[in-house]
Amino acid sequence: MLDAILGGLQGLIAGFAQLHWSNPIMIAVGCALLYLGIKKGFEPLLLVPIGFGAILVNIPLTGLMDKEGFLRIIYEAGVLTEIFPLLIFVGIGAMTDFGPLLENPKIFLLGAAGQFGIFLTLALALALGFSKLDAVSIGVIGACDGPTAIYVASQYAPHLLGAVSVAAYSYMSLVPVIQPPIMRLLTTKEERMIDMGMVKKSVSKTTKIVFPLVVTIIGGLIAPKGLPLLGTIMLGNLMKECGAVSRLTKASENEIANIVTLLLGISIGATMAGKDFLNSKTLIVLALGFLAICLDTVCGVLFGKVMKVVTKGKVNPLIGAAGISAYPMSARVVQKEGQRYNPKNFLLMHAMGANTGGQVGSVMAAAVMLSVLKGMGII
Amino acid sequence: MEMDNWTFGITMVVVGMGGTVLTLWILSLFMSILKRIFPYKEEQ
Repeated sequence: MLDAILGGLQGLIAGFAQLHWSNPIMIAVGCALLYLGIKKGFEPLLLVPIGFGAILVNIPLTGLMDKEGFLRIIYEAGVLTEIFPLLIFVGIGAMTDFGPLLENPKIFLLGAAGQFGIFLTLALALALGFSKLDAVSIGVIGACDGPTAIYVASQYAPHLLGAVSVAAYSYMSLVPVIQPPIMRLLTTKEERMIDMGMVKKSVSKTTKIVFPLVVTIIGGLIAPKGLPLLGTIMLGNLMKECGAVSRLTKASENEIANIVTLLLGISIGATMAGKDFLNSKTLIVLALGFLAICLDTVCGVLFGKVMKVVTKGKVNPLIGAAGISAYPMSARVVQKEGQRYNPKNFLLMHAMGANTGGQVGSVMAAAVMLSVLKGMGII
Repeated sequence: MEMDNWTFGITMVVVGMGGTVLTLWILSLFMSILKRIFPYKEEQ
């Protein structure tokens, strides 16, 4: 009788007994992510489920990530198969207006410059001793694009998925903090004051409908390995622009995107088990991810300065910082910085053009990277 | 033969960055052509 009671009581304290030193730390990290999402408003749609997932998976003996645990089932069904990031991309395409980019196609090049951090960070990760595919997955944090980072990391470095996705989403939400000092450091006051005028409306509906088709076909032919990423974002955009499938468009940008965001977030959080997550490698990945986004901003602004010279002063170099995929935060940062030095300056639509260019650019950079890897026989 | 990290890194930087710029430049050309083929009309 007494043995049975003691056995029963032991069952109630087994969770505490099995607690690894890393679990409380990761529960605190989960709480910190919840704080950032709820109190500070940094990407709450993602940080709240990620933070909660991190807490769940660090409570011992729950079996949530065991073979038949519910988080394992969600993770294997949606993340390892890459379905979740691709479905998110359909929603992103359905929410994005590429009009400002189409008004001034040259701005597309800023979306390319804003991805240079990916490749420079990849080289740095290699120099630090990471394997080739690990370095690719770390570099892609610089895409500043969560779904792309998850897509690449889940395929080629699943053991880094937690660190890569947390870095990608956290730094994406910290763009308003990270970018302004770099922008100020690299530009003069006169450059920040350049007025680019108003964006003239010059894009027909037909152009907007044909655009996603052209990007899919040309981009797919150049970098076929990245077509799932490119194709899904462009499918979403085609549905939005054609106007013929408004039910599907609304579902993509609302219900599907919301459900997938929840499942994706919680399963990413579930990869943050203390024993696997807390190591020096994770800290290096987080540091390299930060560097990648800083380098993106540096390259974007420097390219903006080149465009300023080529256009004889018509381009404000600040819009180069918006050539990353953090949409629309980055464009808003540019607008705010521009108005700070010239209150009459409205850079928002120009920056939106660069920002949507950055969205396509980040996907294209990942697609190019995967196709180059395939060409070299690495994957 | 296994490619060394140095060659791999340089290849990725050069071909990756160059490939991204080239692809987006080609896309920007197509966008300019699209705007000419389907010009904006005021009534839109």
